[in-house]
Amino acid sequence: MAVQFDKIGDNEYHLDICGYTCPHPQMYTKKSLEKMAEGDIVTVVFDNPSSKETIVQMCEQAGHDILEQNTEGGKIRLKIEKG
Amino acid sequence: MEEKRNAMWAYIITGAMLLISLLYWSVDTYYMYLVVYIWFGFAYGMMLQYGRFCFASASRDLFAAGVPRMAVGIMVALIFFSLVQAILETINMSTFHPAPFGIHMLISGAVFGVGMVLAGGCASGSLYKVGEGNMTSLLAVIFGLCLGQAIFVDLGGIFNNLMPQSWVDKAMQTQAGILAGSGIKIPINSWFDYYLVGYVWHQPSFTIAKLISGGHPTAFHFFVGNALINSIIPAVILVCVIYYFYTRKVFIKRKKKALQKEGKEPVTTLGHELEGLWSMITASKRTSYMGILVGITAGLHILTMAGMQKKFGVTNFGHLLTRMGHASDTSLKGTVFDPGYWYITSQEGQVGAWVLEKFGWNMHDNMFFGYVNGLPELWRNPALWMSLGIIFGAMVMARLNNEFKFKLPSMELIVWALSGGLLMGFGSRPSLGCNIGGFFIRAAGGDPNGWVYGTGMVIGAFIGVSFLSWWTERKMAQEMEDF
Repeated sequence: MAVQFDKIGDNEYHLDICGYTCPHPQMYTKKSLEKMAEGDIVTVVFDNPSSKETIVQMCEQAGHDILEQNTEGGKIRLKIEKG
Repeated sequence: MEEKRNAMWAYIITGAMLLISLLYWSVDTYYMYLVVYIWFGFAYGMMLQYGRFCFASASRDLFAAGVPRMAVGIMVALIFFSLVQAILETINMSTFHPAPFGIHMLISGAVFGVGMVLAGGCASGSLYKVGEGNMTSLLAVIFGLCLGQAIFVDLGGIFNNLMPQSWVDKAMQTQAGILAGSGIKIPINSWFDYYLVGYVWHQPSFTIAKLISGGHPTAFHFFVGNALINSIIPAVILVCVIYYFYTRKVFIKRKKKALQKEGKEPVTTLGHELEGLWSMITASKRTSYMGILVGITAGLHILTMAGMQKKFGVTNFGHLLTRMGHASDTSLKGTVFDPGYWYITSQEGQVGAWVLEKFGWNMHDNMFFGYVNGLPELWRNPALWMSLGIIFGAMVMARLNNEFKFKLPSMELIVWALSGGLLMGFGSRPSLGCNIGGFFIRAAGGDPNGWVYGTGMVIGAFIGVSFLSWWTERKMAQEMEDF
């Protein structure tokens, strides 16, 4: 597996970091949010449970909104709007 | 369907551990000593997985993502553990002993710190992540902590030339002294033997309680010296520093906005600062609650092991192995690795050595295995069962929360796992401990050495994060250049 970042719509992106362990999911999420414009949305998909705690707190502190979150089949999806 | 399957696996694993425990008990009551390690390991594993408790995360996520969750969780655990430790010392039911103090702790800690960032988890963190199905962590454990460490402590030949002559001379003198005193010729063959016997053994070991009491500590010294001075005050200061640099700005900004919305003056007070501090501590309730539980459990572990030792009239499991007819498992002085509390890495090194001996590598001709820790058969290794308990406890908790996922590593992750695991192994032996044995247990037990190692870990984590940040920045730039 490799990091995959795709544009899926107007100002909407998809970041797949499945297979990666700490700290890669949180670092890639942070890097992608830094490069996005305010209001852009990214759906981050990963399968490392401990990264979720860090990413959620990171978003909370940076002022990004988590619009949706779910876990299915071991995969965690967070839909984040850059604040 | 998935939930039912996960629950079934949780029951199967727990049932298997129970069966193993009963089997040991049926063979010999002395094995209850080993069974205690299994179940405390199991408890640690469950708590670590539920609380996402990883010492690597403490400094790594602070530097990489500005998230203080784990750093705060560890400080909470430290405070509670130190209080339990002080109680145990007071009632003479502690198995804790301080380690030789010195600059070697800082250097080892830094090496370990880099390793834990690259490997994706500290020693205990890697074990619980194996329980989550993470095979990258398993690689780090097998090749780094197990095989890497074993080879590390047995390397001789040209590596011995790296040792200062003063260490060599001291080691030879010590060897002669022990031979004259006990008739045992301690094996000094590897670079690590010269390092241990010629340098580490001659460094001072102390706790704050012993220091301030002139060598005769009482309850007052245990609580004030070990708990308050060595653990609680530094932990509280660190929490305040973390709040100030990582959380305060955002919290105060939001508070001022809220005050303005209410039509009040946007001026914050000490009360608001304390509110901010509390909100940081409680931001991740599962981590903070597990911090409390881990701290208390680690203390109960010490109490239980001390109780077992008193019950069986021994100070080391090696003595029980000898009684049961397994003296060949023990070291030259009749002991095995039996820390009496939560510890990681030494037992993994024993696994590596045990495997290498099957391929003809003599692992008894060094101090670490030959004289100090022995090389018991894996199924008679109490501390190893604690590590296995951590893995299976974490597996049960992951299954119950539907978070178990078997993940094979990519080539990139294999490189991180091997390099990180090796550095963790190399960074835990010279300090005689890792994030748990080198930092957590010691800082809570009144040994200031723990903070020296912890400082090294933070320095190493900063270096590791800096490197990973450069790496991920490159990769993200490549991925996003079309957009």
